[in-house]
Order: sequence, then C-alpha cells, then structure tokens
Amino acid sequence: MQKKISLFTVINTVFLASLALLCLLPIIHIVAISFSDQAAVSANQIGLIPKGFTLASYKMVAKRGAFWTAFGISVKRVIFGVLINTVITVLMAYPLSKSEKEFPARKLYVWILIFVMIFDGGLVPNYLLVNKLGLFDTIWALVLPTAVPIYNIILTMNFMKQLPSTIEEAAMVDGAGYFARFIHLIVPLSKPVIATITLFSFVGHWNSWFDGKIYNNQTSNYPLQTYLQNIISSSDMTNAAEAMENALSNVKTLQAAQLALTLLPILLIYPFLQKYFVKGITVGAVKG
Amino acid sequence: MNKKKTSFLNFRKNWPLHLMLLPGIILVIIFKYVPLGGITIAFKDFYPRKGIFGSPWVGLDNFEYMFLLPDTMRIMWNTLKIALLKILINFPVPILIAILLNEIKSKWFKKSVQTIIYLPYFISWVILAGMILDIFSLEGIINQVLGMIGMDPVFFMGDNKPFLGMLIGTDVWKNFGYGTVIYLAAITGIDESLYESARIDGAGRLKQTLYITIPSIAPIVMLMMILNLGNVLNAGFEQIFTLYSPRVYESADIIDTFVYRISLVDANYALGTAVGLLKSVVSFLLIVTSYKLANKYSDYTIF
Repeated sequence: MQKKISLFTVINTVFLASLALLCLLPIIHIVAISFSDQAAVSANQIGLIPKGFTLASYKMVAKRGAFWTAFGISVKRVIFGVLINTVITVLMAYPLSKSEKEFPARKLYVWILIFVMIFDGGLVPNYLLVNKLGLFDTIWALVLPTAVPIYNIILTMNFMKQLPSTIEEAAMVDGAGYFARFIHLIVPLSKPVIATITLFSFVGHWNSWFDGKIYNNQTSNYPLQTYLQNIISSSDMTNAAEAMENALSNVKTLQAAQLALTLLPILLIYPFLQKYFVKGITVGAVKG
Repeated sequence: MNKKKTSFLNFRKNWPLHLMLLPGIILVIIFKYVPLGGITIAFKDFYPRKGIFGSPWVGLDNFEYMFLLPDTMRIMWNTLKIALLKILINFPVPILIAILLNEIKSKWFKKSVQTIIYLPYFISWVILAGMILDIFSLEGIINQVLGMIGMDPVFFMGDNKPFLGMLIGTDVWKNFGYGTVIYLAAITGIDESLYESARIDGAGRLKQTLYITIPSIAPIVMLMMILNLGNVLNAGFEQIFTLYSPRVYESADIIDTFVYRISLVDANYALGTAVGLLKSVVSFLLIVTSYKLANKYSDYTIF
C-alpha cells in the first residue's frame, strides 16, 4: 500500500513542533539574557540569541555570597530530604503491599494515611507547630513536615504488589523472615520505582520555596528558590517606575543568570527523570 | 493459625511489618495529626502569648467576622472562577495533543516532542514567574512584538482582565505535557487489532479516532475528570503568589493567598485559621465525593 504524505500529517507535524518550541522559548530567552551585554538587555534587544556575549553576570553571581549560601541550604535540604523521603517510602510501602489476610492491621495504617491526604489542618496550625517544636531557621523545618510522601508510597506499594509472590514464597520456605526478604529480595527488585521516587523527591525538594519562606525568620536561612522568590517579588515588574530603574542597572541580567543556575540541576537530571517519569506516573495515575 | 483466628495487630507474626511502618507513622502523627488540634484556634480569640489553651473561646465569632469582610465574597468567587476555568481548559488540551501525537509515525519526532512538552512541569513557579514577569512586562518581548504589528502595549501582569488569562494560559502551558503523557500511555495501550479490523472495514483516521481511540480512553478521561472535583477550591497558590501584585488582587486574590496574608503578614491567626478551615472542610467533602464516584464508576482505589 503506497502512501503519500497527507496534508494532515504536514499540519500536524508543524503544529506539534511549534508547541514543543513554545515550551522551550521562555527558557532560551532567559538564558540569552543571562549571557548578554547589560546595555543590550536594558534596551530590550534580546530575543533568543545573546547580544554582546559576556559572562559578566555569571561572574557577578559567582561573587554573590547570599546566592551561594542559599544554594548550599538547598543542596543540604535535598540530601537530607531525599534520603529521609526515600527510606520512609520504601519502609512503609513494603508492609502496605501485603494483603489484609497476611497483615490485618494494614487497614488501620491505610486509613491513617488516607485521612491526612484529604484533610489538611491548614496553614496556621502547621506554622504554629513547626514554631513550637523550635524548628524555625533550621533545615529540619524543610525536611520533617514533608518526610512522609504519601503519593510516592502509593506508587512504590503498587510496584511491590506487582512483583510475583512466588519469589517471596520461595525465600519463606528457606526460613527468611520479613526483614531478610525485604532487604535481599524486595528492595533490589524495586530499583526502578525507587529511582522514580528518588527523582520525584529531588525535584520536589529542589523546587520548594514556600516552606522556606514561612519557616525562616532570617533571610540568610532561605533555600535557593525562596531566595529567588524574594528577589523576583521585590523587583516588581508591574511597577513601572521600578522597572525603569531596573532597566538602568544590571538587575535583569543578574536575575536571569540566577534563574538559569537554579534551573540547571533540574535540566541535568531531566534525562533520568524522563526515563522513569512515564513509567512512574502511568503506574500511579492510570492503574491507581 | 488454625487454632485461633488471627488477631488484628498480630504482633507475634507481623511485628517486623509494624516496625517498618513505625517511623513514618510517628512523623505523620507529629506533623499531620497534632496540627489538627490547632484548628480550635478558629473558635478562639487567639493570642500567641497566651497559647492555644490559654486563649478564650469565642464560638463562631471568627466565622461571622469573615462573612462581614467585603473581601470574603470576592476571594471565594475568584477561587471558584480560576479553579473551574483551569479545570475546564486544562482538561481537553492534553487529550487532543495526545491524539495528535499518536498520529505521528516518526518515533524520533514523537519522543522528542513528548520529552520537551513535559519539561515545564518540572520547573518551579518561582523560576517560571521570573521568566513570565519579564517576558510579559510592559517593555517585554511580547509587547515589543505587539508594537511591531502596530498594537498598543498590554499590561499583562498588572491589569485585571489580561491577568486572569495569564493565569489560565501559563497554567495550561506548565501542565499540559504531564496530562499528555498519561493519555498517550493509555492510547498506546489500545489493542492494535481493533485498528486493523477498522481499517479492513474502510475506516479512515478520523473514524478510527472517533470510534476506537476516544471510547478506549474514555474510562481514564472519566476518572481524571472525577478526581478533578477535589481541586475545585485549589486555584493554584504557588502560581498566583509568585505572579500577582496588589494591582490584580481584584481578579486574582484567592482563599490561599488571602489566608497567607491575614495570618502570616497581618498576624490575625484566628481569622486565618477560620478561613483555612472552611476551605479544608469543603475540600474534604469534595474529595470524599470524588473518591466515592471514582470507586463506583472506575473501581478506583487509592491504596
């Protein structure tokens, strides 16, 4: 059956290609600004290609103590946060993947988790608790309240449920208890889903900013995204007078460089993310 | 086991399972259940110095006051309006794109488009706001393009009318790739033999889409729609907070942003808790309803 390329195929291809482009243009624009000469940026001459290519704004960011302090706090929260999230997720997913016949109390634990998934105490009670526990201005305020990621637990539990039960049964015959089976069989077999939830948790912690804003009194304890949010909201582009002022200084190129640097870790892990992401969300969202 | 019925906790056999759950459950109790006690603040004249227990009860005064505020009706309406518009527009876009993407024969092209369109989903609203506020500012690149074709500049981020459109547009832009991936996975899972027999019967691409693809993904579409019910009061706090300014409060101030300002900026904790509680209770009812419906129509279970 011979086929010529139909008009529909052409239009469809062009449409989808422009759609993909539309998703990249804002990123390219901001990167172009970050590498451009300040005068060209002030004159609003930058589209998608840097003008008067320079590393000046990056050199300036390199010397900005506040940026690197915030960067360090973000790295720290990612390390602690991801580690705690992943360990808790795997530890909780395994017992919950058992049938109610084998583990009757499963039901109780499931309800404890479902309830907090659908009912939230609200901003003020959470805020007051973290304050009362003395966690303000510490890394723990950013790590502990989100230590139990319920969606990731569901995802991991569903994965473990799919594993053939014969594997565990064979080990049981050899006298292996729950811990031995968990460590030597289930965890190694669950590597793909563990990779998925680790990446999710990485993105979640790297991108969080609101907790950093409310749980820190000192701006010097802000993680990177909170630090950036602070800069962006104070250089308010809706204020015409201030926008004029900003245009005359290096605020814009400096901000663009910091945005680009904050985005960089996400772009670096994106190839891994997208490898696991499709599998991850389809298991979680479609199969339920 | 045949001697006696297994007990509910069954510690003798299940203790390792209980032990594995223990750390997570302790954290959930401390950080999710203990704060529920703080909800009582909504019914108190709360002074941080006196603490929750020391502050006097005032019954429903905070709720009464809430409805006397002129802002309250506006934020309720804004929340519903923005959330519903987002649901309505976010909904068909990924389905349409997934269907169009499925028509592409070149694997390489399909994969590339898919990879690029869900990149924005992983970028934080802080970074996106930094980009959007710049691109759509009065001197930004979009207004320059509008100027070139002879149009007046639009104050996208500072006028109420375009701002609402910006909220919806940027939200669709950020999230449609994620939905597309879900639907595309569902479409890929459709039995190829269905299409083959349709082709033998002489059905073209359009007919195949209408009579095979769409009915096949209908259950997932339905499930997604039902689960969206729980989001009717979630207008998107992170997005609005990073993009808005007092100039657009009229169209974009929502429950969550309002709660943030009255509680953590104005330190009116009691009122903030009351407004937050109202939202939590309504959301709770909506989510329970959506789960019930999802369970009834698609055998969906969370755990």
